[in-house]
Amino acid sequence: MSNKNKTRKDEVGPGAAPSQSRRNLLKGVGLSGAALLATGSGSLSAQPAPVTSAQRIPVREAFETLTALESSTLDAFCSRILPSDENGPGAHEARAVHYIDRALAGPMSSSREQYGIGLSALENYSLESKGMSFHLLPEPEQDAIIEAMVDSPIEGYSMLNGGFFFMVRTHTIDGTFSDPYYGGNRDFIGWDLLGYPGVRAVASPDDVSQGSALAPSRQSAYDMPTHLKDPVGSGSSSTGGAANGH
Amino acid sequence: MATELPKTDVVVIGLGAVGGVAVLPLVNAGLNVIGLEAGGWFSNRDFAPDEVRNNLRDWPQQVAKAKNEIPTVRANINFEAVQGGGHPMMNGVGGTSLHYWAQSWRLNPWDFKTASATAERYGADRIPEDSTVEDWPISYEDLEPYYDRVEYALGVSGYAGNINGQRQANGSPFEGPRARDYPMPGLRSSGYTDMMSDAARQLGWTPFQGPAAINSEVYGDRPGCFYHGYCDRGGCHVNAKSSTAVTTIPEALKSGLLKVVTHARVLKILNDADGRVTGVEYLMGNQVMFQPADAVMLASHTYENVRLLMLSTSRQYPNGMANNSGQVGQHYLSHHQGAPVFALFPKNLNNWYGLPAQGVAIDEWADDNFDHSDLDFIGGGNLWTYTDRKPISAAKMPTFDLVPNWGSKWKAFVQENADRVNMSYIQKTTLPYKGNYLDLDPQVKDKLGFPVIRITAQYRDNELKIAQFTQDRMEEWYRAAGATHFYRAGLGNAMGASTHAYGGTRMGNDPATNVTDAYGFAHEAPNLGILGSSVMGTSGARNPTLTAQALAWRTAEHLVANWDTITR
Repeated sequence: MSNKNKTRKDEVGPGAAPSQSRRNLLKGVGLSGAALLATGSGSLSAQPAPVTSAQRIPVREAFETLTALESSTLDAFCSRILPSDENGPGAHEARAVHYIDRALAGPMSSSREQYGIGLSALENYSLESKGMSFHLLPEPEQDAIIEAMVDSPIEGYSMLNGGFFFMVRTHTIDGTFSDPYYGGNRDFIGWDLLGYPGVRAVASPDDVSQGSALAPSRQSAYDMPTHLKDPVGSGSSSTGGAANGH
Repeated sequence: MATELPKTDVVVIGLGAVGGVAVLPLVNAGLNVIGLEAGGWFSNRDFAPDEVRNNLRDWPQQVAKAKNEIPTVRANINFEAVQGGGHPMMNGVGGTSLHYWAQSWRLNPWDFKTASATAERYGADRIPEDSTVEDWPISYEDLEPYYDRVEYALGVSGYAGNINGQRQANGSPFEGPRARDYPMPGLRSSGYTDMMSDAARQLGWTPFQGPAAINSEVYGDRPGCFYHGYCDRGGCHVNAKSSTAVTTIPEALKSGLLKVVTHARVLKILNDADGRVTGVEYLMGNQVMFQPADAVMLASHTYENVRLLMLSTSRQYPNGMANNSGQVGQHYLSHHQGAPVFALFPKNLNNWYGLPAQGVAIDEWADDNFDHSDLDFIGGGNLWTYTDRKPISAAKMPTFDLVPNWGSKWKAFVQENADRVNMSYIQKTTLPYKGNYLDLDPQVKDKLGFPVIRITAQYRDNELKIAQFTQDRMEEWYRAAGATHFYRAGLGNAMGASTHAYGGTRMGNDPATNVTDAYGFAHEAPNLGILGSSVMGTSGARNPTLTAQALAWRTAEHLVANWDTITR
């Protein structure tokens, strides 16, 4: 199952310098400054010039805990672990970083500090050795840094080691192949990549016979009526939920 | 000061896989029962097909009490014990039976008499030197009627291999005799398991569909399995899984004699001057309650059974309840289910849907089903392969040294092989040993300030040799089915915290080496029944739940039949 023909919809990350610097600017001036920009000048909401879809600043989700620079560094890192290439889109398009960000703000909060330390070490090392932010480096140079840390800690940067790499790799996979409910696997990019036909309520004998191939279901578990938290219409009898759902 | 509640007949601590079974024979006899459960209720709407929640974040396991009392582990006394990432048990009505794989095996008759049968067939010197293994005080035949009761009360699907001594073609040729067939036929096979069965037959082995506490067809008011996957650590969205929360507990509630008390965190079992138990103290919110009872059934899984006994100190039991013999915590073992084999096939297996209990077993290399005369171990492993594959775990497959583990080459490898890899863990005979035990951790405490359980235990030569031997057999099987590349995990070292946790309150006739008698009542505290795999002295080569449930039913019936003498 290939995604060769999928278009790249999201411009966040490497190569999106204008929007990136705008976000850094807003972050740098803080909330009151941003509010001033938005209301004081009046230029953002009033009379916007017509834009083509190519020019439009993409709609973004807020990051819950990562800083703008951390998100850019991490996105570049995830993109090298699971790249977008001739075999289709990768972790960037699947928005693995959004999955990781949300997880770090909640259930994975115990790893937040490790991410902060590791990502800033990666940025420091990149600035020191290449004179450029990690996320702006050409891909082969990003790869060389990752390769170095997989084998042994980078000298002077003990945090850039195989353990940090493995943690990011694990979460890149989690974010790319998880249920889209959690913020990654956008447009089922991850499941299409694997040929996973998606969650469904029932699988028949034919569905699992050798040589058969199901069409993707393209739904989140939470699109299924059986798993809504809303109790309306869900019977409390032992099979009530099933009867509703199927 | 604890609020004293009105006295009841029996308090059951923990309404999980075994406590949830024991309540039924108790109320059927007309006894008033209070079930104390640390968690709350779940419904089928909670059980979405969600790999993140089930397998990465351990929901719903990681709720309430359990996550604050994760055991610490060390291989032996030369190491400091450290706390792992999660607890294998959960809190909730139904307990771990909500989300377990539901494989519902009877043990092999050999597992009940490992010591004497080994001595008889090969000589007593073949029992590993440091092992504290004893024959169980009961035989397979003693437990058979209780296996039967549980299989029918819960709803277990499977194929009999031996009914009253008559070989049945579809089941295991090695199983002990059964009085009657399963209440339902086995779960269906899949394209993948059919392929593996064919390969096993080529090798001259006898494949069969394993038993499961999952409906293969409508049973009572519950439907048959929908085979959608997400059964591993996931509850059932249609209640086809026969957890106690949808079977024996609701059945017992119909009597009006069972009162379920949720979010009750038991602090201590109390006793009188004679050492007999008088009731249970528990915490709900910030209120301490005392629930008096004529008998107490402790059913909180191996780690918490041992922990609560050790924390229940008194003048009569200075080292913990029923522990004046020093046997509480001894003879502990975690089932050796590690050392898996991974195989890469040259074609898609179409394994995305299905469940771990929907598998094919080989028993030729389990228990004492093969001649060990020229081998240097006893026991063996049950080979098991099944239909279950989810996207995140698929992407984390081993790379068989064919590609790096990141970048475009890795991506292409995962893309090609996501549905071509299979993994088999193998359940192996595991024995108790001197030096393997549970006690209270001297440093790590839960949020209330009570020490957590410390596991000091290590697999020994016998387990490692079985692991090596059964990995060879598993690879042979995969190879016969056409697999081309293999990866084997290490043979094992420390016994980690496991759902398959045995011993600690072992059952046996000798009070010097066992905590409970042959019926599961404490030798020292005769009105305290102990339920669960903590009473089991050997693991067998298969999942413990059905055996623990059969034992629980038997303990409950024994209480009913001997009410006057046990409660005086």
